[in-house]
Amino acid sequence: MSDLNFDYTLLIPELILAVAAGIVLLADAFHTELRLNRTLLPGFTVLAALAAGLTSLAWLDTSDDFATLLAVDNFTAFFRVLFAFTLATVVIGSYEFVAREIRHQGEFYAMFLLATLGASVMAASQELLTAYIGLELLSFSLYVAVSLAKRDPRSGEAGLKYVLLGGVASATLLYGLSLIYGSAGSTSYAAISETFAAGTANVELPLLLGLVLVIAGLGFKISAVPFHMWTPDAYEGAPLPVTAILSATSKAGAIALLLRLFSGPLLPVKDDWQWMLAVISLTTMVAGNLIALQQTNIKRLLAYSSIGQVGYMLLAVATISDASASALLLHLGGYTVTNLAVFMAVIAFYNRQRSERIADFRGLAETNPYLALVITAALFSLSGMPLLAGFTTKFILFQAAAQDGYLWLVAIAVVMSTISLYYYLLVIRLMYVQEPDGAPAPDPQTGRLDRPNLRWRTSPASYAVTAVLLLGTIAIGLYATPLLEAADDAAAVLFPA
Amino acid sequence: MSSNDGYLMLATFLVPLGAAVLLMLTPSRERSAIIAITALASFAMFVIAVYLFVSYDFNGPQFQGVKAWTWMENAGVLGERGIQLKVGMDGIAAPMVLLTGIVIMPGTWVSWKLHHRTKDFFILLFLLVAGVFGTFVMLDLFFFFLLYETAVLPMYLLIAVWGSTRKEYGAMKLMMMLVAASILIFTAIFAIFTEAGLGTFDLPTLFAAEFDPRMQKIFFPMIAIGCGTLGGMFPFHAWSPDGHAAAPTAVSMLHAGVLMKLGAFGIIRLGFQILPEGAEFWAPALVLVGITAALYGAISALRQVDLKLMTGFSSVSHMGYVFLGLGTLNVIGMTGAVLQMFAHGIMTALFFLLIGGMYDQAHNRDIPNFSGMAKQMPVWAIFFILAGLASLGLPGLSGFVAELHIFVGVFRSYPVVGGLAVLTAAITATYLLRMFAAAFFGDFNPRWSHLREITWAERAGATVLAGSILTLGLWPAPWVDRISTTLAQTIPGVAL
Repeated sequence: MSDLNFDYTLLIPELILAVAAGIVLLADAFHTELRLNRTLLPGFTVLAALAAGLTSLAWLDTSDDFATLLAVDNFTAFFRVLFAFTLATVVIGSYEFVAREIRHQGEFYAMFLLATLGASVMAASQELLTAYIGLELLSFSLYVAVSLAKRDPRSGEAGLKYVLLGGVASATLLYGLSLIYGSAGSTSYAAISETFAAGTANVELPLLLGLVLVIAGLGFKISAVPFHMWTPDAYEGAPLPVTAILSATSKAGAIALLLRLFSGPLLPVKDDWQWMLAVISLTTMVAGNLIALQQTNIKRLLAYSSIGQVGYMLLAVATISDASASALLLHLGGYTVTNLAVFMAVIAFYNRQRSERIADFRGLAETNPYLALVITAALFSLSGMPLLAGFTTKFILFQAAAQDGYLWLVAIAVVMSTISLYYYLLVIRLMYVQEPDGAPAPDPQTGRLDRPNLRWRTSPASYAVTAVLLLGTIAIGLYATPLLEAADDAAAVLFPA
Repeated sequence: MSSNDGYLMLATFLVPLGAAVLLMLTPSRERSAIIAITALASFAMFVIAVYLFVSYDFNGPQFQGVKAWTWMENAGVLGERGIQLKVGMDGIAAPMVLLTGIVIMPGTWVSWKLHHRTKDFFILLFLLVAGVFGTFVMLDLFFFFLLYETAVLPMYLLIAVWGSTRKEYGAMKLMMMLVAASILIFTAIFAIFTEAGLGTFDLPTLFAAEFDPRMQKIFFPMIAIGCGTLGGMFPFHAWSPDGHAAAPTAVSMLHAGVLMKLGAFGIIRLGFQILPEGAEFWAPALVLVGITAALYGAISALRQVDLKLMTGFSSVSHMGYVFLGLGTLNVIGMTGAVLQMFAHGIMTALFFLLIGGMYDQAHNRDIPNFSGMAKQMPVWAIFFILAGLASLGLPGLSGFVAELHIFVGVFRSYPVVGGLAVLTAAITATYLLRMFAAAFFGDFNPRWSHLREITWAERAGATVLAGSILTLGLWPAPWVDRISTTLAQTIPGVAL
């Protein structure tokens, strides 16, 4: 095995994350005075994230691999940057929240770093077991992080639920992987692809069972219906920044893994799984969007809406091709920015109002017009309204998926996207149409309002983060070209010409 | 028209967008700055629109002032010239751009009366106008639809925050019906792009592309219903009277005056120009829907008490003429349809401006509550009667020119339907003249003696609109030339 490439420099971004996680854990354990400092640990985490993100740019347009286990190519680079961006954004936007609401700050940030590391490994892996290890690293870090809320009893419950169901899902996935290994005789993507391309006559049944189990296991991680039961509870119980990571990093990591898996080793057996993914995509977007209609907690609402979003993404996986893979990556980028904008704005709101009930957003346009604007723009973007990221990325995603005779599924996706507008509009209506609690009535003669004392300001960190994300949402909506080109380069790795 | 005029077409939607951004940066306390920005921006839009209409050369090529900037290409589904920011006008877009320019200026003027979150109102209003202008001048399917949706998006907040009577219900109904209709357009666009297989959203390329006739027959109705909903097409018009009644004055003006035309324009652009065989197949259905809407709207208007609801149903009726004209598939009838889009836009904007000017003082607009208003508000009444006469098709006013074309076109293709169309005009005359008699003449109701004449801003706005009604009525040639030349050029299979 001496011809394997053990060039550790290829893994510098991952090593940075791992070392940073170790430093944060140890520093927190041995220097308890650090716990009184609100900015040092998050600052260090952000620096580590930035370092990991920037160093990963060094391998743009290379095509290398580490011991045939981890590929270092444009696809990996795309996700490394996406995860690093997510981590840095979430940490900056939530450090005030964490200082007040989280029991063990050091462990919390270490878990975030490890989750990011796990997700990067999932995106880079070229082999079933490596992918599985990355997935477990991501999952275990999040199991811990979900239950770290100081005051909220729902947090422990959510953590327990998540770990139990997550364990079952992991076992399912592992069994599925072992069946695929049994059918193909290898765990390496390249070898599996070769074997399946040569024909699968003798292994139809185990392969089919393996595919079902793999889709179920990964379906759990991306909360596809009917494997989504944990999502609303975990989202609701988890501290807000963890919910943000759950909806961004965790989902994107699993999508990266799905893309690698279904475009490479499993592509030869496309006929066996395409219909499964199409069905799951259908149930996911329908159930997610319909159940979201009746939520009263903003985190549950976002949980169900993110389930709906996963349905759209699965649509692109089901109709996988060069075009739909690049459209999916584009959508994932736009979705991450938009979704983080909502979460960071909700964190800023929570920091002040200590509430995550939708009803408490009443009159936000009067009390904090800036945050109301950010939330409105992000929600409109999530429902695919124009001038914002959601319209452009969804448009291209659906257009790419409208092939292989799947136009009907795309039509249903557009219907669901419209339904999502309804529940987002209810939130927007509360913020803009309703008066804030305790507001004096407007002067009946002139209609003038005078209520300067209800105004409150967003903290500088939240303001900066949400402003960047808002501008990002608008920029992707108006000129998605750079992101599309990056996505296209990344997708080109999966489908070499 | 030189290709440099493409920059001006770009300006039609960049000016309102820029003004919206400028307004965002202006503190809401600075009322005079807000008024100055909106005055300048709306005047600029008016001037650009007039210039673009005048400089369109109807002897020249179909699309003029074409300018394109590559946006995204050769990535994913997109091939060569995948998505471009491409502007250009034909003889159908030209009158629509003019219409938007004419309506937005008075719409801005009358909105200065608002005191509740004035700044936010104008930001959303200008966003809407940017979407409308953009759709009319855009020659790329992606941006066409992006801006089409942009025009719909601000309606919800505009009505829900600044509207009257059942505003939240009206706003939600309008928004959900319109976005639900967009589902059909979305799907049809995906199908068109996939079927063409050219990897481009360039509209002239798609106009020239050949599509399977079966596919055209499937997707034309999707576009007709999707865009028709925004155009108030019966039976998908239900949002329109409620939405109009609930909306604030300027929004009603723009919505009934311009936004509904966007729907009919979408049918021409995406339906007739991309899928001509589908259009040919379904044209009788358009005629049926059009005449039903015309009759139904007129009969419903007979029963209305609320002035705004009456105008709302009258809009449904008049938009019915548009679909009727489009369905005739001959140049005269279709020219009439586009003329009617313009004529109805101006006239209905004037109606809503005047109703708003009165409602702001009286907080009431039920016709039976009024009588003898011509004594109290003579200027108001004169403008109102002018709009009404245009609406019922008095010769010399805009409505006559449009309706005459449509009637001639319909009599050529469907003589029986032509008879029904004339009957509709008679019903229209009935409800309008009856309303005039009840509200404007007769004994003055002293309950309204506190009402004052409409403001100078409203008079100025009404003058602009009334002037346009007279111009089109007395000198329709500039409109007819532009529209009929383009129609004859673009739509294959259309009889002269």
